[in-house]
Amino acid sequence: MATIRIPTPMRRYTQGERLVTVEASTLAAAIDELGRRFPGLRERLVNGDGQLHHFVNVFVNEQDVRTLQGLETPLDAHAEVSIIPAMAGGAPAW
Amino acid sequence: MAVERLRCRECEAEVPAGPVYVCERCLGPLEPAYDLEALRRVPLRQRIEAGPRSIWRYVDLLPVPYDPAVDLSPGSTPLLPAPRLGQRLGLRRLYLKNDAANPTWSFKDRSVAIGTAAARRFGYQVLACASTGNLANSVAAHAARAGMRAYVFIPAGLERGKVLASAIYGPTVVEVDGSYDDVNRLCAEIGEEHPWAFLNVNLRPYYSEGGKTLAFEMAEQLGWQPPADVVVPIASGNLLVKIHRGFQELAAVGLVAAATTRVHGAQPAGCAPVSTAFKDGGAIRPVAPRTIAQSLAIGTPADGRYAIAAVRASGGRIDDATDEEIVEGIRLLAECEGIFTETAGGVTIAVLQKLAAAGALDPDGVTVACITGMGLKTADHLAGAVAAPVRVRPSLRAFEEAVLARAS
Repeated sequence: MATIRIPTPMRRYTQGERLVTVEASTLAAAIDELGRRFPGLRERLVNGDGQLHHFVNVFVNEQDVRTLQGLETPLDAHAEVSIIPAMAGGAPAW
Repeated sequence: MAVERLRCRECEAEVPAGPVYVCERCLGPLEPAYDLEALRRVPLRQRIEAGPRSIWRYVDLLPVPYDPAVDLSPGSTPLLPAPRLGQRLGLRRLYLKNDAANPTWSFKDRSVAIGTAAARRFGYQVLACASTGNLANSVAAHAARAGMRAYVFIPAGLERGKVLASAIYGPTVVEVDGSYDDVNRLCAEIGEEHPWAFLNVNLRPYYSEGGKTLAFEMAEQLGWQPPADVVVPIASGNLLVKIHRGFQELAAVGLVAAATTRVHGAQPAGCAPVSTAFKDGGAIRPVAPRTIAQSLAIGTPADGRYAIAAVRASGGRIDDATDEEIVEGIRLLAECEGIFTETAGGVTIAVLQKLAAAGALDPDGVTVACITGMGLKTADHLAGAVAAPVRVRPSLRAFEEAVLARAS
């Protein structure tokens, strides 16, 4: 069972749960499973094209998944997944 | 002035101003929402010119009120003409914005002053940050000034000067085995569990507004004329984005006629994810940094995408400089203009040189290079780069033989 750490701004979807465990062999499958169990959560993580939102960083065992295999990054039974907002303080292009 | 609302950069949802940084609806970044229309109707220029000689003269365009308990008087740093360097580069009106003249010798004091005032406003007891060095220095100093505790997190292997310049103020310095990007992730996780004011995490909407004051000062010091070109180093990209925003806000409130400044970015070649994406037009791809410009060594720059958008919107460019070019840039600035900057400043000067050579800067317009930090903090990287002293016995003849004979 992979463990997923839910950040504060998303805990309202998980009824306040900080840690959620899922049975999934890839990050994409884990996000699908999260979406099934907690309606609305999947859309917070991926866009309409099924890609991670620009301002969401996901780490598997402390490695940024963009340096791994992205959503296809495999998860083993002890995988720890962290979801972290990207902390951008951007400005619009007026 | 205190803003009452924060607004999501992505979906524009608004929330009451508080210690939050992420939109609950879409996870996008939050930023202060100002009533710029209302500010057009107040005598803003007189209010600014009657204000203190620090960033707080721009309080009407900042997200929190002035808090004397945390004030180290950052900002109002010199804008110096640079005629000799300008002549070397073919720029007739080159200026240097010397932010090494801040309380802890870097531009970070601008942001930390605002972030610390916000932290006190929201009742925090502990300041914290993820830092490549300068931010940690500033957070440690402001915590001491405000009588708060501080935890500063830095990647292992930073320059000794940068570690010392945090430790002296008595914070807990936590050295993380990993890169800045690891430190940043760890701090985001710690911030979820401990009620601390992480200035560049949960107080980021307030903290990051400090960068705007560089634009405000440049325009004011040039007689309320925005420069034609500015060159800004890129780490997370936030400073560049906020300088661009600062010029836009000045135009929006009527303090300058129009936001015409071209904003250019500078990265070290050994950590150039933003420069690379700017040049190839693709998405920003994370890198593992290998550069002596450790203060710019962020492999996953949070504001990189917004920095590229700001540079493109303003008509600027982004370029990068190798370690050798960085050292040469530090030396060139010091020898031509008497300013000793850190490696990030060397990146700025090296890229300034490239942009000038490529014709990307208006040779007759005002160009400002932002010198964001001081040289002694990164002295580790200059071993062998400067001439050794000439050693003599204390006699006139020895001096004349060893020094004057050599010089002639």
